[in-house]
Amino acid sequence: MTTGKVKGIIANLVTVEVDGPVSQNEICYIRLGETRLMAEVIKFAGQNAYVQVFESTRGLKVGNDVEFTGHMLEVTLGPGLLSRNYDGLQNDLDKLTGVFLQRGEYNFPLDKEKKWKFTPLAKVGDKVEAASWLGEVDENHQPHKIMVPFTFEGTYTVKSIAAAGEYRIEDEMAVLTDSEGNDHKVTMIQKWPVKKAITAYREKPRPFRLLETGVRTIDTANPICEGGTGFIPGPFGTGKTVLQHAISKQAEADIVIIAACGERANEVVETFTEFPELVDPHTGRKLMERTIIIANTSNMPVASREASVYTSMTIAEYYRSMGLRVMLMADSTSRWAQALREMSNRMEELPGQDAFPMDLSAIIGAFYARAGYVYLNNGKTGSVTFLGTVSPAGGNLKEPVTEGTKKVARCFYALEQNRADKKRYPAVNPIDSYSKYLDYPEFQEYISKLIDDEWIPMVNDMKTYLQRGKEIQEQINILGDDGVPVNYHEEFWKSEVIDFVILQQDAFDAIDAVCPLERQQYMLRLVMNICRHDYDFDSFLDVIDYFKRVINLCKQMNYSEFHSQQFEDYQKKLNDLLAEKQINA
Amino acid sequence: MAKAFQKIYTQITAITKATCSLKATGVGNDELATVNGKLAQVVKIIGDDVTLQVFQGTEGIPTNAEVVFLGKAPSLKVSDQLAGRFFNAYGEPIDGGPAVEGEEVEIGGPSVNPVRRKQPYQLIATGIAGIDLNNTLVSGQKIPFFADPDQPYNQVMANVALRAEADKIILGAMGMTNDDYLYFRNVFSNAGVLDRIVSFVNTTENPAVERLLVPDMALAAAEYFAVKKQQKVLVLLTDMTLYADALAIVSNRMDQIPSKDSMPGSLYSDLAKIYEKAVQFPEEAGGGSITIIAVTTLSGGDITHAIPDNTGYITEGQLYLRRDSDIGKVIVDPFRSLSRLKQLVAGKQTREDHPQVMNAAVRLYADAANAKTKLENGFDLTDYDKRCLDFAKDYSDKILAIDVNINTTEMLDIAWELFAKHFKAEEVNIKQALVDKYWKK
Repeated sequence: MTTGKVKGIIANLVTVEVDGPVSQNEICYIRLGETRLMAEVIKFAGQNAYVQVFESTRGLKVGNDVEFTGHMLEVTLGPGLLSRNYDGLQNDLDKLTGVFLQRGEYNFPLDKEKKWKFTPLAKVGDKVEAASWLGEVDENHQPHKIMVPFTFEGTYTVKSIAAAGEYRIEDEMAVLTDSEGNDHKVTMIQKWPVKKAITAYREKPRPFRLLETGVRTIDTANPICEGGTGFIPGPFGTGKTVLQHAISKQAEADIVIIAACGERANEVVETFTEFPELVDPHTGRKLMERTIIIANTSNMPVASREASVYTSMTIAEYYRSMGLRVMLMADSTSRWAQALREMSNRMEELPGQDAFPMDLSAIIGAFYARAGYVYLNNGKTGSVTFLGTVSPAGGNLKEPVTEGTKKVARCFYALEQNRADKKRYPAVNPIDSYSKYLDYPEFQEYISKLIDDEWIPMVNDMKTYLQRGKEIQEQINILGDDGVPVNYHEEFWKSEVIDFVILQQDAFDAIDAVCPLERQQYMLRLVMNICRHDYDFDSFLDVIDYFKRVINLCKQMNYSEFHSQQFEDYQKKLNDLLAEKQINA
Repeated sequence: MAKAFQKIYTQITAITKATCSLKATGVGNDELATVNGKLAQVVKIIGDDVTLQVFQGTEGIPTNAEVVFLGKAPSLKVSDQLAGRFFNAYGEPIDGGPAVEGEEVEIGGPSVNPVRRKQPYQLIATGIAGIDLNNTLVSGQKIPFFADPDQPYNQVMANVALRAEADKIILGAMGMTNDDYLYFRNVFSNAGVLDRIVSFVNTTENPAVERLLVPDMALAAAEYFAVKKQQKVLVLLTDMTLYADALAIVSNRMDQIPSKDSMPGSLYSDLAKIYEKAVQFPEEAGGGSITIIAVTTLSGGDITHAIPDNTGYITEGQLYLRRDSDIGKVIVDPFRSLSRLKQLVAGKQTREDHPQVMNAAVRLYADAANAKTKLENGFDLTDYDKRCLDFAKDYSDKILAIDVNINTTEMLDIAWELFAKHFKAEEVNIKQALVDKYWKK
């Protein structure tokens, strides 16, 4: 293996003079007394490798020894990843001793002693390739597939496979013979370099299946697809975290991975505290059973913050290869971009806008491209849905991270300070936000089958009412309440009904927090039916008073158990109220 | 200062306003050195070229200055003797007292493992209603005052320090005027609370770069009391804007490319390293806590500037001061201020009606603001508008003004009295069960 010696140090960028070949992104360890600090090669020039150290470099000296490992930053993949809390380099945080994080303390991310109940899926003589399913174990009620390692190239023949029974992760599960007759042992675990996408699937079509989140302003107004991408930019204090937590709790996914990338530690602690208690609305089991948390909070080393998003994505792709639906949330991708900026700055690269590296938007694009809905080689499907948050500096959306993300993410949920100030939560601006999937013919066809042909036109109609309402509000603000015809007020209040009943949702109310698709259909039809009628009013004061009562009844319905007696009672009151003023066509 | 075995270098190769460079070997990153007796720290090593950041500035440093490396990073001796003392940015006494004996710890130490933290759950009372009632603080929280330079934020901080129910209060003062420093000293001595206060002070008379050490010094002391002594520690940092300015100076001298508002690209990480020292330890780790209340001065109220903006993303809320012209007193602005952790304690450790009373009062206060706008625009006021205005005045005067010092239960009782004085129960919009129980007849 190649070795080297430290030649220079600027913060966590270290120059190493090497005695042999090194490759870009290769991992090395710098010796500092008894500790070994992990680092990654990010540039090479002459005899010098420039490495970014994943730890504090305090006390490092010129002349310290460096050992190169010959591989890139890898994660270990195998049963037992679920329910764990890792740092950005996949160290199990719960296994670390001591209250404070000690540098150079690395550990094995899985449990080597635990026995898993294995059921073979392949037989001797089967032809297999990378990612083929050899067998499965039960991991927290998820069928965790034991696969041919993704690094295997070409076709192999199964020479032997373990019988059903209990095994440890390092036990030999199968022997595969390659085309040249060499045997390869396979265990339950494999390694994969995080910066490379796992592409052992047959095809990646455009996403078309709706991913239900139970959040009306997403599912109804701007739906995200299974395998789709979206982003949530929001100035601080606009409810970004609450919205993100709601999605991770409720999304219709088999596996949820949360990458807490450079954000507040107390927010991660909230997840640590809440998730083991919360129940998954889809399965009735604890949310933590299907969740993996990658926590690299803002005070943890910057370079491993950069690694953390890749670590999360690689684990997501691993579960996708098992035919599972994975939801990956990264909060926040801006902190990741800032980590890139800090390194680029130390390497004295010529900066782009706001001192970010020139290739920032290419890096963001390549990362979002790893999400997707795929057909595996065996015809089954799997997906990685990715939602990233962006923390725009000064709340200004014209900054490089937001712009770079906007080019690649297909859904955009614009959190707005103004809505947040008015306590209209979730503070997603319905007019600025979009979902490009609504324009996909594949998605339209899917929704037509899932719901009906009327749905998408109705959603678009709803948006027209909102747009019109906004325009009228501006006119009223200029001309005054008396300065516009009464029916202007009626139009405006129709948009308020949509806002209060469909868009706003109480994330802290036990019932309103999750709104299943069936219920969303019911409420949208109800509200659009209200909007499509004409009403008989004498003055604008009547309009305001009347629609406030309409909104109140609809909101009470949102707070009631679907189709319960209480719900139906409110529905009846609402019908009576509507009958008072509606003009029958 | 040099010991017998230490090598002395006397060949400086480059000098800038904040740094100097020399040829040296065997030097560790972040290591301390003295340059003609002035304290400096290693910030860059390229081969045998070593760059030092000189905290006091490089004025008068000759090219043949004596450089001695001390073989350690900046550190502080910690023990109970810290209590009641005043120190400079290097942790040296400035109150004329003896040097502190104790274990020497490096400042800017490692972060707490997130899985070893506990979710904050203990209320910290300050007696200021704008905080306790509307934006309750929780131990383990970090929150800044966003204040304009002309606002009395240091007086408010001193008030908080005196009233807060904390075992230790650590003051980290950066770029504080000498007058304010003397004010703090007086207030603390007169109140007879010196024994629970530790201060690290960098005044405007001291070099700017020195203040980079202050937050880490203060937090190293805080960690000693919170971890070793299991105490509830409150850290006051004022003014973090001047700290960030010092960061910008150093990064500029090192030819780093500035990002937004001339701040270094690492500003977010630099600030996060400080603020994230706020922590609630679990019982297994002694149950101590560190709470940080900071001051970030704004320029013309602009919160989109890189310093308040990055701060806002890191801290758990922010507090704004405002002079209420109706009563001529300073209040904590109930509209813009926010404590993100208040729901963890409000109504749980305080009386059950706290969240509802808080929201109702702020809502009525907002109605009063609308009425005021109406009045200013020459519209007629309704009876309700007038009552809102009267309520707002009482509310500011009897509860919000920062010179009012009462406990949360008293605040709630006064709020109910004011509701009953100015409104009908149905105008207040509080859950009926609470109205039945608390409405003052």
